[in-house]
Amino acid sequence: MNSTKIHLSKLDLHYGKQHILKNIESEIPEKKITVILGPSGCGKTSLLRCMNRLTDLHPDAHLSGKILIDGTDILSSNEDITNIRKMMGLLAQRPYPLPMNIFNNVAYGLRISGRKKKKYLHHRVEHYLKLVNLWDEVKDRLHDPAVALSIGQQQRLCLARGLAVDPQIILADEPTSALDPQSSQAIEEKFMELKEAYTIVIVTHILRQAKRIADYVIFMYMGEVIEQGPVNEFFENPKQEKTKEYLKGMFY
Amino acid sequence: MRKMQVRLSRAMRNNIHGFWMVICLALVIILPVTMAAGLYWKSSVLLHENSLLSLVFSKEWKPISGQFGFYPFIISSVWVTMAALLFAAPICLLTSIHLTQYAKRWVLKVMHPVIDILAGIPSVIFGLWGILVVVPFIGNYLGPWLGKQVSGYSILAGAIVLAIMIIPFVLNILIEVFKNIPDELTEASLSVGATRWQTVKFVLLKKGMPGIVAAFGLGMSRAFGETIAVLMVVGNVTRIPTGLIQPGYPLPALIANNYGEMMSIPLYDSALMLSALILFVVVLIFNLISRYIIIQCDEKC
Amino acid sequence: MKAKKIEEKFFRVLMFLSTMFICMVLFLILFSILRSGLPYLSWEMISSVPSGGYYFGKEGGILNAIIGTLYLSLGSTLLAFVTGLPVALMMNVHLASMPRFVNSIRLILDLLWGIPSIVYGAFGFTIMIYLGIRASLLAGIITVTLFVLPIMIRAMDEALKTVPKGLLEAALSLGSTRSEISYRVFFKQCIPGMITAVLLSFGRAAGDVASVLFTTGFTDHIPTSLNQPAATLPLTIFFQLSSPIEEVRQRAFAAAVVLVIIILFISILTRVLSRKYHKNRINF
Repeated sequence: MNSTKIHLSKLDLHYGKQHILKNIESEIPEKKITVILGPSGCGKTSLLRCMNRLTDLHPDAHLSGKILIDGTDILSSNEDITNIRKMMGLLAQRPYPLPMNIFNNVAYGLRISGRKKKKYLHHRVEHYLKLVNLWDEVKDRLHDPAVALSIGQQQRLCLARGLAVDPQIILADEPTSALDPQSSQAIEEKFMELKEAYTIVIVTHILRQAKRIADYVIFMYMGEVIEQGPVNEFFENPKQEKTKEYLKGMFY
Repeated sequence: MRKMQVRLSRAMRNNIHGFWMVICLALVIILPVTMAAGLYWKSSVLLHENSLLSLVFSKEWKPISGQFGFYPFIISSVWVTMAALLFAAPICLLTSIHLTQYAKRWVLKVMHPVIDILAGIPSVIFGLWGILVVVPFIGNYLGPWLGKQVSGYSILAGAIVLAIMIIPFVLNILIEVFKNIPDELTEASLSVGATRWQTVKFVLLKKGMPGIVAAFGLGMSRAFGETIAVLMVVGNVTRIPTGLIQPGYPLPALIANNYGEMMSIPLYDSALMLSALILFVVVLIFNLISRYIIIQCDEKC
Repeated sequence: MKAKKIEEKFFRVLMFLSTMFICMVLFLILFSILRSGLPYLSWEMISSVPSGGYYFGKEGGILNAIIGTLYLSLGSTLLAFVTGLPVALMMNVHLASMPRFVNSIRLILDLLWGIPSIVYGAFGFTIMIYLGIRASLLAGIITVTLFVLPIMIRAMDEALKTVPKGLLEAALSLGSTRSEISYRVFFKQCIPGMITAVLLSFGRAAGDVASVLFTTGFTDHIPTSLNQPAATLPLTIFFQLSSPIEEVRQRAFAAAVVLVIIILFISILTRVLSRKYHKNRINF
């Protein structure tokens, strides 16, 4: 049976007086693609951001409960926050390349963690750019600014940047929403390959995308988890009224 | 019939209003041109007799004998401005990063009115504060400590007062710069394991660099033109300054101090208007460059 | 690993200190101004004009400067409002379809905002000579108007910019003329922003020395017509501080306190008004 990678327990998130996440309970399986589904504003992005504690950035945010990763609670552990975050690569809605050249975008995380040897960096950068199928397109212009790439290329570059620090988990927030169909497909295919080695959590509101790539689905509505389960069960035999309505396209 | 009349008057009001608008707009647009022309017209008398370059680089300032060398004043201005920027820049940069990246709610709540009030304080009040606090401090403590007998009225006093004056101005622009950098960039950097400070150092400063340069450019031109506060504490001695605790005599102070007698000595008024013209042009150029950088940056982002 | 943390800590402390430094400086400034001036601030000080001779009279107070400041600031704020409001409205209503042109007007205004007030003073002086006016309240008001005009227009413009574009189209399609839209829709929508702009300009006008130095002259009397010279609080501080006579200097200190109180009052008023109207605005 699958082992659990991330265990969310009694998770509550407040922004000031707003109650964003309400008592979230969930187990995210290892080396599978878990899709968090739900209408916009339901808290799915917030849930994703809790997992690597980006909610810390918001001065009014208050997070309580437990997030266990391999059994360790990242909300209360003494572990350095940067090491926790490094375990999780993040892919945002739109690509945000760092203000530096293509090579340094990928090497950034490595340099941050103290790997400075040129040869090593070169080797790793090439490896990860190949992994996201970007190497052939950029190998002659590694020192051009990253913003010169197309949006689709930028998103793959961001994926390579995230992978370069050797995370165990990939968190992706609607990673294809800004991309054209071809680039989206390329990213989706990449995820299908990557789940061999990584636990992947994807936020999306596209039902068909969820159906295509998910192994496990978490459906959220108004800050609560309504229903969760393996993908087939979820789509073919939903148990909750809300889920059925959503699958019929009743609300967005 | 009545209705027709109402229509007409409405249309007429619209026209009158439109006419007034165009006049006001024209006023705004021609104002800088008129200013430059007016100042040039007054200063051309002096420029007829001496070349601009010889005036700017001549060290002799003896209005009675018709010698108008601006060099000491320009150098004083440059010293005061640079020193002020040097003091203000790190404080503004650190504070703006603190306020946009780290600060808790209560700090923001305190700092917002503080910056606003500081920005609203008139320059004469800053000057008075300089006389009450900064000048005695330099004269009584810093000077003796450095082994020098000084009055305290000095380039340094001017620079400190100026630095405080431009802090709220530069700070507001810098806060705007850092706020305009998308949060996702910070998040991207953090999620590969960077600390907050590393993110600031490697990503935010780099991304915000054009804006930071522009903010300092605008701050510098503000400092360059500031008159009264500097005049009150800088000493006003016509001499090329040799050190920070020596008195100086910046260009704006020259204009403000001598307006009384300028009509009595030939060419004097022309020389002072030329100083104003130099100020105008220098500030305009700095502003233009900074604004250009900001506009370029806005379009790209 | 350790060095990374120490560096972070170091800069965090530094940043916090520099923030506190700014706070502290403000309080230090207010404190030293109040300490030097409050002892001399009496009813007599703010209710009588100086007497006993020009610049040197030991008797009397600073009423002439208070009234002069009010005249000058009110006059120039009013003039700037009358000329600035149409420009701001025009930029946002009549020229809404020409964003490039509007942006270049904004650039000109920003440049004008950056020009030092001493240059406005020198320019005002040139106009004065050209028109043959003496240093007077009128000349001062004209100069200060030019000085605060860009500030006023840009502040109004920032407020008007927030009016949604759809509103203009909706109003036009209902058959209103553009001037009606300007005042009935845009102006009304932005009243708090307009008040802020006026207060901002008033504060600037009340506090500036360099622009009025050549143009308003200085006097111990309260001006009774626009042709007479006038004293303002900043000018009083500037001139009387260098007097050798103790009593005259005291007037300068007292004037500084009055000026600071006026500026603080304006600042607080702006804050209260903008909080009242912009509940949802996020600061920083």
